[in-house]
Amino acid sequence: MADAAFARPGAGTPTETWFHRHRRAIAPWLFLAPGVLFFLFYVIFPIFQSFEISLYKWDGLGEARYVGVENYQKLFKDRAFETSLWNNLKWLVLYLLAVPAGLFIAIFLNQTVTGIRLYKSLFFFPFVISQVVVGLVFTWFYDPTFGLLNTILGWLGTGPLNVLGDPTLVTYGIIVAGLWPQTAYCMILYLTGLNAVDPEQVEAGRLDGARGWRMLWHVVLPQLRPATFIAFVVTIIGALRSFDLISIMTDGGPFGSSRVLSFYMFEKALSEYGFRMGYGAAIAVVLFLIMLGFIAYFLWSMQREEREG
Amino acid sequence: MFPAPVHRTSPQWQLAYRTLLPLSVFMWLLPLIAVAVFSTRPAEDFTSGNYWGLPSSFEAVANYGRVFFDSDMPRYLLNSVLITVPTVVGAVALSCMTGFALGVYRFRANLWIFFMFVAGNFVPFQILMVPVRDLTLDLGLYNTRTGLVLFHIAFQTGFCTLFMRNFIRALPFALIESARVEGVSEFRIFRFVVLPLMKPAIAALAILIFTFIWNDYFWAVVLTQGSASQPVTAGITSFNAQYRAAYHLMSAGSIVAALPPVAMFFLMQRHFIAGLTLGAVK
Repeated sequence: MADAAFARPGAGTPTETWFHRHRRAIAPWLFLAPGVLFFLFYVIFPIFQSFEISLYKWDGLGEARYVGVENYQKLFKDRAFETSLWNNLKWLVLYLLAVPAGLFIAIFLNQTVTGIRLYKSLFFFPFVISQVVVGLVFTWFYDPTFGLLNTILGWLGTGPLNVLGDPTLVTYGIIVAGLWPQTAYCMILYLTGLNAVDPEQVEAGRLDGARGWRMLWHVVLPQLRPATFIAFVVTIIGALRSFDLISIMTDGGPFGSSRVLSFYMFEKALSEYGFRMGYGAAIAVVLFLIMLGFIAYFLWSMQREEREG
Repeated sequence: MFPAPVHRTSPQWQLAYRTLLPLSVFMWLLPLIAVAVFSTRPAEDFTSGNYWGLPSSFEAVANYGRVFFDSDMPRYLLNSVLITVPTVVGAVALSCMTGFALGVYRFRANLWIFFMFVAGNFVPFQILMVPVRDLTLDLGLYNTRTGLVLFHIAFQTGFCTLFMRNFIRALPFALIESARVEGVSEFRIFRFVVLPLMKPAIAALAILIFTFIWNDYFWAVVLTQGSASQPVTAGITSFNAQYRAAYHLMSAGSIVAALPPVAMFFLMQRHFIAGLTLGAVK
């Protein structure tokens, strides 16, 4: 279609410049140039640079010393790294609860009673707030002396529970805080999806006697597939990116028990006790490789859609 | 419609549904409501341990007044605006062009460049952290708003290109074809045929990017420090350090920091949701 050799009447006459004749081949590159260059410099090249830095011992200021795979060998023996990796796995699995929870709320709210729009907005609300504020809100919610959680537990005759001070509970406590906005996000995806569900198919299902769960599973969910796909993508990415909440709520503590890779990397690279850029970069590379598996899968699915579309 | 509309069900269930709605919203937002209540309490309530009883006085004006006139908060808010607005403009402008190029032209590298943007948009920030911090230092832009803005524009271009390209793909291609037959130049097609049609996409993206950048915390702490350049998400930690244990002020500060994207959301709700859910339906 946009072929450079596309013969326009009058092409090749002396009044036409080279640019004019090839403009449909050149134009996309001119439009792309600023965006692509910017993106290459700030996003694509740094990925490779991080791979390189991970092979050095470097304090960020002085001379970097090549150490080969030593940083990676150290990772294997690093207990803190192991804890972070396990916590990342917990995040990944539990964060996905946002998808069914979002679907549940979306079904609950998919009605046409008066004021429903306001209710939908209010349920969506947590997603718009910055994670920093979500972190603060939940830190106070969990506070052992005045937090709402312990006040309620007190009424029920149990507690107090110091969620963020307990190494076994802390990660779960932070994940719950993270689920709050993430569920809101999945909910809005599903609300949009439910809006587009074919009413005729639902009615046909009703005539066939499908109700409740069976209707949801066999008629509605298949039509919600695009929403489910996006919900999974954003939730997995969100789980592996978790940083803000940990930094705000516990700063990795107590005793480093709530660290995840993204936080541990930051802590090592910009540590108060001297920067360890090489070691940090090695942690980042591991995180990147985990993410790469997911990214490859997402791109593969997208490419399949492109072919079909 | 799924589930069955409530008005077709029994009156008891209708009543139950109508009571459940406000109740569930109240439960859902409870942690936030608690903070909002805190922000109107006087300091004495916290020293006397009266956290959840009736407040001894209503001090919203005094508390929020101190946030605005007695702290660095206005500075941080201004920084946030000066970081967020240029980023929105820059990222949307760049992605209008890249989206147009990838949506309209067919050439061999098209899908590869598109996938580069998509994949780059998903990478963990940490893999970029050390090199980007280094690059910003080398450019002499460490601890400046400009340094932060440049990175944000570059990174957001990934997501924005994905968005714009898919939006342009859905436009009627015949329009562009007929303009070409008329001999309209490629740039003028972009400027006068496609760009006017992209207004809803631009609005949706602008509000989304505004929220993302306003709420960014990671890059703010990596690339800036101190009240001269830090946005409000990073500033709130210094604010909290300044007012340690003054929960009424910390609550008020958090609410102020969270408010601008919330206001934007309520003002431009339709665009926001249209942007966020693009691709959620076929």
